[in-house]
Amino acid sequence: MDIDLITNILYAAIRTGTPLLLVALGEMICEKSGVLNLGQEGMMLLGAVAGFIAVYHTDSFMLGFVIAALSGVLASLIFAFVALNLNATQVATGLALTIFGTGLSAFIGSDYEGKTIEALPTIGFEILQNIPLIGKALFAQDAMVYFSWFMVIGCYIFFRAHRAGLAVRAAGENPDVGSNLGLPVMKIRYLAVMFGGAMAGLAGGYLSIAYTPLWTENMTAGKGWIALALVVFASWRIERVMLGAYLFGFASIMHLFAQGLGISISSNLLAILPYAATLIVLVVLSRNSEKLKLFEPVALGKPWHKTR
Amino acid sequence: MKKALKVVGLALGLVASASSFAQEKLKVGFVYVSPTGEAGWTYNHDQARLSLEEAFPGVVKTTFVENVAEGADAERVITQLAKSGHELIFTTSFGYMNPTIKVAKRFPNVKFEHATGYKRADNVGTYFDRIYEARYLTGVVAGYMSKTDVVGYIGAFPIPEVVRGINAFALGVRSVKPNAKVKVVWVNTWFDPAKEREAANSLIDQKADVITFHTDSPAPVQAAQEAGIYAIGYHSDMSEYGEKAHLTAAVHNWKGFYKKRVEQVLAGTWKSEDVWQGFAGGMTELAPFSPAVPAEVVSKVEALKTKIIAGEFHPFSGPLKNQAGELILKSGEVMSDEALLGMNYYVEGVDGKLK
Repeated sequence: MDIDLITNILYAAIRTGTPLLLVALGEMICEKSGVLNLGQEGMMLLGAVAGFIAVYHTDSFMLGFVIAALSGVLASLIFAFVALNLNATQVATGLALTIFGTGLSAFIGSDYEGKTIEALPTIGFEILQNIPLIGKALFAQDAMVYFSWFMVIGCYIFFRAHRAGLAVRAAGENPDVGSNLGLPVMKIRYLAVMFGGAMAGLAGGYLSIAYTPLWTENMTAGKGWIALALVVFASWRIERVMLGAYLFGFASIMHLFAQGLGISISSNLLAILPYAATLIVLVVLSRNSEKLKLFEPVALGKPWHKTR
Repeated sequence: MKKALKVVGLALGLVASASSFAQEKLKVGFVYVSPTGEAGWTYNHDQARLSLEEAFPGVVKTTFVENVAEGADAERVITQLAKSGHELIFTTSFGYMNPTIKVAKRFPNVKFEHATGYKRADNVGTYFDRIYEARYLTGVVAGYMSKTDVVGYIGAFPIPEVVRGINAFALGVRSVKPNAKVKVVWVNTWFDPAKEREAANSLIDQKADVITFHTDSPAPVQAAQEAGIYAIGYHSDMSEYGEKAHLTAAVHNWKGFYKKRVEQVLAGTWKSEDVWQGFAGGMTELAPFSPAVPAEVVSKVEALKTKIIAGEFHPFSGPLKNQAGELILKSGEVMSDEALLGMNYYVEGVDGKLK
């Protein structure tokens, strides 16, 4: 294996991991506030189709991603209203949102099926991109990759150094106590769900605008579900979400590279790696229920409404 | 969702056709595995469907149901078409084979044509094109255009149909560059643009400077365009997805066949057949060459095509060696259709393992 190849694999792993990172980061924040939204796949698809249509007609990448994020937010608001205001089961509501998003995106996008646009260009940094091995992966990516890193750092600071970060966690750990302390739990959860929606929309937009610049029905191909597994895999830690996203990205392209390199591992076996890893982490985490509590937001997925 | 709407539409169509029964039109149904889109396998079938409407104005009425999953869903859709008065139904994906045979038993008066399958019945015919002829010729083009002597091939599933294409392509490449290698990556899906693109990138990273594919989306052409290398399209002309990259494409053309079958149904002479035609029958074609292909290469390929049409040349002619270097076809021999249909090994020059 020569150095160019490794450089390219790293580059590809980051590109493949980026949509996962975006959607998983959104879902993690959402879960931190105690809301489990299984609608990621649906919101991604809506973001993908809306973003693609916007770029197709206006040639503006900026507008495309804004529209993608907004359509994710709109979809997440439907979820928020049903699950938070009407207190419906979050699991069922999220699943419904996925099914709804899949169908609606296919309906909206049927006239755009197979059309193509210019892909989001990459931005290279002069000298840095020539660093051996990591230069291309870190300094010759497109704007959305850099944006995803900005979001990771932003979220990290938000949870580590900001009071509001604590408030989000309180809403997810014990909404009753939080509420009694005067925290606007409902508002926090709404905002977290909307953030999750925006990130899912962006992730979808990344697929249809940057990664494979075309729209096809169901093009997310289960990435929303992988992101859900990723959050568990990362045990609700931001840095681990990032690491996990790239690991999953790496695993999903490695089976393609391995074939070309003549490594005789079944490609199917390599393709299941991310899922197997998630299962193992789940088993390790849940072997000790005390330990699991340390990671998983205690009130995750439980309907809550303000008493009194 | 969309599918549900279509089925409702079909049901409404049933009511409508019952009320306007006097018109005596031949209704022809089509079942597609993916959306019709702008290019690719299903697009090509749909172009042929549209040409039917043009060729028989007022006589033939066509219906299509797109994006039908292979399996139980397909059976439901085919049944629905048969029930609603369609007399000829084209099922255009390999996975529709068993559902087609099953439904055909229940509707003996309806005629079925199944693409790429091998099971037939009195009212079920099968058809496919000898696309390997075009694969060989595009391989010749790739051989001329490659500078690295590495060409890439993205395969969907390791079934004979796909393996045959890979081998034909490799033979074409090596007829020009005897030391060239064809690297194969399997993606285990017919249609997943992201995965197809990733596979294309992985081949490009491994020095392939011409790539082709046996999957359904134009994503590999886009990847080639972006990487500044060449690509050869499949199913239909895909030049709009990468003007600079797209050299030519191996293309199916179902128009003539569909027209002929409809004429036979109208005349009452239709009978179940196994149709497998190539350049000679007009079922297989090459897309227009890009200006990047030198004129002498074009004329050489055209000359080979003429020879194939005349029956003077067969892409699978001996001496032929398999990957391990063992002789599988003696000099002077031509591979039988049976051997072609069951092909489950790589020829010499293909890189990678066939699982």
